[in-house]
Amino acid sequence: MTKAAVELSGVTKHFGEVVALKGIDLAIADGEFFSLLGPSGCGKTTTLRLIAGFEFPTSGSIQIHGKEMALEPPDARPINTVFQSYALFPHMNVERNVGFGLQMKKVNSNEIATRVGRALDMVQLSHRANAKPDQLSGGMQQRVALARALVNEPEVLLLDEPLGALDLKLRQQMQIELKELQERVGITFIYVTHDQEEALTMSDRIGVMDKGELLQVGTPKEIYESPTSRFVADFIGDISLLAVSVVSPTEVRLSGGGNVPADTSNAGDGSHWLALRPESLHLVSAAADVPDGMVRIPGKVRHRVYYGDSYFYDVETTAGSLDVRQENRPGLPTFDAGTELMVWWNPAAGSLVTA
Amino acid sequence: MKSLRHPWIDRLMATNAWVVYAFFYLPILVLVVFSFNASARVGIWGGVSPRWYGEVLGNAEVLDALKNSLIVSGISTIVSTIIGTAAALAIDRYRFRGRRGLDGMLYLPIIIPDVTMAVMMLLFFARVFDIVELVGPRWQLGVTTIVISHVAFNIAFVAVVVRARLGQIDKSLEEAARDLYAGAWQTFRRVTLPLIMPGVLGGALLALTLSLDDVVVTSFVAGPGSTTLPIYVFGLIRRGVSPQINAISSLMLIASIALVGLSLLLQRNPQDAILPDERLKET
Ligand SMILES: Nc1ncnc2c1ncn2[C@@H]1O[C@H](COP(=O)(O)OP(=O)(O)OP(=O)(O)O)[C@@H](O)[C@H]1O
Ligand SMILES: [Mg+2]
Repeated sequence: MTKAAVELSGVTKHFGEVVALKGIDLAIADGEFFSLLGPSGCGKTTTLRLIAGFEFPTSGSIQIHGKEMALEPPDARPINTVFQSYALFPHMNVERNVGFGLQMKKVNSNEIATRVGRALDMVQLSHRANAKPDQLSGGMQQRVALARALVNEPEVLLLDEPLGALDLKLRQQMQIELKELQERVGITFIYVTHDQEEALTMSDRIGVMDKGELLQVGTPKEIYESPTSRFVADFIGDISLLAVSVVSPTEVRLSGGGNVPADTSNAGDGSHWLALRPESLHLVSAAADVPDGMVRIPGKVRHRVYYGDSYFYDVETTAGSLDVRQENRPGLPTFDAGTELMVWWNPAAGSLVTA
Repeated sequence: MKSLRHPWIDRLMATNAWVVYAFFYLPILVLVVFSFNASARVGIWGGVSPRWYGEVLGNAEVLDALKNSLIVSGISTIVSTIIGTAAALAIDRYRFRGRRGLDGMLYLPIIIPDVTMAVMMLLFFARVFDIVELVGPRWQLGVTTIVISHVAFNIAFVAVVVRARLGQIDKSLEEAARDLYAGAWQTFRRVTLPLIMPGVLGGALLALTLSLDDVVVTSFVAGPGSTTLPIYVFGLIRRGVSPQINAISSLMLIASIALVGLSLLLQRNPQDAILPDERLKET
């Protein structure tokens, strides 16, 4: 079996009284684009800093390509970091910033010049090689930071909200550039963000964190479509949560009464909810219009919001309120506030989550 | 543009500015003008002459005092800059027992009166001399004791200036250096030191100026043959104002202005020199 690029086992980190990480187990594969996603203060940066070597874990092991590195200093790790603030050296020009790592590794100056040139080409900044960082725009500084890390051909690249300081348009453009770059160079990326859309669109896998714990690790599709905890379901995208109780391996009871089919094989201890995405819910005016085999409950439209490409309904049912998104397509009926109707969904679309 | 205020307020403020400047600069002007006075009688104008400058530069006592001043200020500046910078780094970067106490104590030499400092140093040396004498050699007040005293008060000033600069530096720059394979020493030499250099130089120039100027502490710990320039001037003036004093003071004034100018030049951020439109071109 090939060794994981980075493997954390039982990693905890305390800052005095504060417990920043409560035991993280995580294996990141070679060449993977892995994102750590979670709200502010959940421990994303701390996890990254432990992998980089800026902090040492209170307990646990950190292996990089099978080698124990938890207590090694950053300069001994085959890892480079792109900082949120970029951390470009203000007293050096772009070329010297990018060449710094190679210079420290005592690579000969001819090779430094070639590799720095290539790295600057890659981020399209060759024409600014002599500029000082503060003469560059935010997007350019971001690319210098990227080139400065990648020129060292690290085994793993760590990025802490690298696009956080950019405006929306540049951000979207850089997301595409970053993803393309990662696929081209094939380096493992560990990417910290609190922007769920960014994580969903760019990552091979996502780890969702909350309060120092890694709640779920999976592909964007798994995280979005099959969240296992209430927190993950709620954190990513829009979702309706219906309080339920498990009655059998294939059925749950809604709080307003009535059993509906749902896969409960993964149900843990605690209270349970049935999580339903707005786009997997459908509205029809009569029970007769619901396709066979689908779950249905009656409801009443409370609000309707027009989004251009879709309508957004807030529907009140006996089991709780549901957010429903209906495509705005000719031929599909629309419903006014106050209308009584039926909501239906495919039993496979609902996920049972625990809190 | 038309002022929104009453015209007489503007005029009053302008007059005020002129009065303030006159208050500062008239005495200086008088000093410089009279340093070129050909007459030996202070206060009586005898025409323009460089005579006193010639006499000052030909005066062995003055040259001797100047030599002492340069030795004392040179050595004490170098030593206090190194120790002060190290202290600033230690307090800013490391968490150790007694750090907070040390932090507060650092400012003490800045706020205690010169005379107290002088008495302290003198008492201290008296004890040290006694101890040294037990071992054998005789040690007495002189250039060495002046240097030590100047180092003692200058460390605090250097440390304060360097700490201010350290506080402005983004800590992630040093982490970035470590991340890019620089060891602790390379990180200091290639990132931290260049970034705090304006602070270090500023602190050094402040130390140099304070050392060159000091009268009170120096007069307590100076011994025979270790007279510095300010002490010499002070001695002269007690025997009455001589035209030579005007010349020496004018020279010291020029040296001070040169030092301040140099310090401003060194502390100027080279990046600030770039025109704003140059910066905008690319964005
Ligand atoms: N050096 C430190 N000293 C004390 N507490 C710390 C330190 N660094 C982090 N913490 C604490 O650890 C927890 C996790 O912080 P961390 O910076 O990892 O969060 P984050 O997920 O990166 O948040 P954000 O999205 O705001 O960047 C927080 O409660 C924080 O206050
Ligand atoms: Mg963070």
